[in-house]
Amino acid sequence: MLEYIISKYNYWMYIVLILIGFYAMMAKNNLMKKLIGMGIFQWAIIFYFMSIGAKKGATTHIISGHGATQHIVRAVDFVNPLPSVLMLTAIVVGVATTGISLAILIAIYRRYGTLEEDEIIKKENSK
Amino acid sequence: MISEQFPALIVVTPLILSFFIPVVGWWNRKLCLPIVLIALSVCLVSAFGILDTVIKHGTVHYRLGNWEPPWGIEYVIDHLNAYVAIIVSCIALLVAIYSKKSVEQELPEHKIPQFYTLFLLNITGLLGITVTGDVFNLYVLLEIASFSAYGLVAIGEEGALVASFRYVIMGTIGACLYLLGVGYLYIVTGSLNMADLAQLLPHLYHSKVVLVAFAFFMVGIAIKMALFPLHVWLPDAYTHAPSAVSAAIAATMTKVGAYVMIRIMFTVFKPYFSIETIPATTILGWVAVAAMIFGSILAIAQSDLKRMFCYILLAEVGYIVMGISLANRMGLTGAILHILNDAFMMACLFLVAGAIMYKMGTRDIRNFRYLHRKMPFTMAAFTIAALSVIGIPPTCGFFSKWYLILGAIYGGQWMFAVVLVLSSLLSAVVFFRVIEKVYFEPTVDIHNGESHEMVEVVRDEAPLSMLLPIFITVAGIMLLGIFSGKIISTVIQFAIPAGF
Repeated sequence: MLEYIISKYNYWMYIVLILIGFYAMMAKNNLMKKLIGMGIFQWAIIFYFMSIGAKKGATTHIISGHGATQHIVRAVDFVNPLPSVLMLTAIVVGVATTGISLAILIAIYRRYGTLEEDEIIKKENSK
Repeated sequence: MISEQFPALIVVTPLILSFFIPVVGWWNRKLCLPIVLIALSVCLVSAFGILDTVIKHGTVHYRLGNWEPPWGIEYVIDHLNAYVAIIVSCIALLVAIYSKKSVEQELPEHKIPQFYTLFLLNITGLLGITVTGDVFNLYVLLEIASFSAYGLVAIGEEGALVASFRYVIMGTIGACLYLLGVGYLYIVTGSLNMADLAQLLPHLYHSKVVLVAFAFFMVGIAIKMALFPLHVWLPDAYTHAPSAVSAAIAATMTKVGAYVMIRIMFTVFKPYFSIETIPATTILGWVAVAAMIFGSILAIAQSDLKRMFCYILLAEVGYIVMGISLANRMGLTGAILHILNDAFMMACLFLVAGAIMYKMGTRDIRNFRYLHRKMPFTMAAFTIAALSVIGIPPTCGFFSKWYLILGAIYGGQWMFAVVLVLSSLLSAVVFFRVIEKVYFEPTVDIHNGESHEMVEVVRDEAPLSMLLPIFITVAGIMLLGIFSGKIISTVIQFAIPAGF
C-alpha cells in the first residue's frame, strides 16, 4: 500500500493541493483567501500536467544532423514538450484570472471598505 | 477565394478589431460602435458562408498554418458548428445595435470603449468555441469568453462586483475541471484533436482514467452552462450586469455550453459510451428534470423582472439538457432546435427588460401598472416572447417542446414528458403574473374599495435603435416557428451526431 502511494507521489501531491485550493475557495470567508485558494487550485493542475510530461535522464526535443548523419530517434531519450507548451498557455490563463479577480477585489474594497464576505452581505442588505 | 478563409475570419476579425477599439475610443468614442458592427457583420456573413459551404460540400476542415492534424490545430465545421455560429453572431449583432442607447445611459462615458472591447472579445471566444476541433483550444477560448464575461458583469449596477467575483470563482472551477479532463485524456491517448480522440478512445473505454475524464468534462461544462445544482452564480451575475450584456450572454453563453456538451458526449466520446457504458444520460436526465421544475418555481418567487428571466433561463437549460439526455433522434432534434429558439426568446426577453429599465428606471414587477399604454410595442413583444416560452403555437417555443415531448415518448421516459408539460404550465403562471399586472389592472382596488380614475398615461416608447432589435427577435420567434420544418430538414437533421 505504502509503495503504491509512494510510486505515484506526484499524483497524490496534486490531489492534496487541489483539495486545499477547493477548501479555501468554498469555506473561507475572506475574499482574498478565496482568491488564493483559486490560485492553488489552478497551480495544482499545472503541476499535474508538468509531472505527466517529466522524464528522468531525457533531453530536450532537438534533433541534430540531417540526411545520412541523422540517427534513429528514440522516444525514450526525449521529453515530450507538449504538456509544458500547453501549460504555458494555462499559466497565461491563470495570470489573467488572478488579474481580473484582483481588479474586482480592489473595486469591492473601495465600495464596501472590507473583504469579509459576511460584512459585505450585511452592508448590501442594510441598504 | 475568400470563402475558404471564413473559418479563420470568424475568429480573427473580432479578435483583431477588439484591440483597435480602446485606441480608437481614446481618440473618438463615437467610432467604437461602428467598429463592433463591422466586426460582427463580417462574422455573420462568414457564418452564413460556412453553413452554405457545409450544406453543399460537407464538413469543412481548416488547417491553421497547413499543419496536418493531430499535430496542428484544426478548425472542423459541420452542420452543428455552423448553426451555433450563426446563432451567436446573429444575437451579438442585434445586441450591438441595441447597446448604443442603453450603454450610454447605464455606463459612465469613459467606460464605453472598454465595454465594447470586452463585448467583442466575448463574442470572439464564443465563436472560437464553436469552430475549433481541438479540446485544448476549446479550453482557451472558453476562458477568453469567460474572462470578458466577468469583466462585463463587473461594470454593472450595485451588487455587480460581488456577483462577478462569485462568477469568477465558479467559472474558474468549471474551466479547471474541464482542463483536468483534457489532461486525463491526454495521458491515455497522447492526442488533443477531437476527431483523433474519437478514433483512439473506443479501445480505452474500460479504463478508469477515461471514466474520470468524462466525469470532469461533464461537471466542468455543467458549471459553465449553469445546469441546475451548479447554477448559483448565474442569477446574481446576469441580474446585475448591464442590460445589453445580460441579453447577449444569457442568449449565447449557455447555448454554447450546450453545444460543447453535445460535442464531448457524442463526438469525442461515442454515443454508446455516454449511454451504455456509464449511465451518464440517465443522470443528466434527472438533473434536467430538477432544473426544469426548480427553475420555473423559483421564477414565480421573483419580483425583479430580470432575475425572473434568469430563473426561466435555468429551466430552459434544463429543456436542452433533457433533449440531450434522451439521446434519440427526436430528443436531439428538439434540443438542437431549442438552442436556436431559446437564444431568440431569451434575447427578446432580456432586451425588453433593458428597454423597461431604460424608460422606467426600475424592473420591479409591482410598478408595471399601465405599462401597456406607456410602452405598447415593447409590451407586445414581451407578450409574444412569453407565449413562446410557454410554448403556444405558432411561436417557435412550441415546436422545440413538441419534439422534446415526442423524444421523451419514443424513449419511453413518460416522466420527462409529464415534467415538461408541468414546467410549461408553471412558466405560464410566471408570465401571466406579469401580463396581468401590465394589461389587466383592475379599476377597483380590492383592498381599499376605492375606484381608480382612468389614469392619463402618456405614450413614452423606447428609442428606435432599441425597438428595432426587439422587433427583429420577435419576428425571429414567429418565423422560426413557421419555418421550423424547413430548418430541421436543411440543417438539424444533419447536425445530429453520427450514431443516431
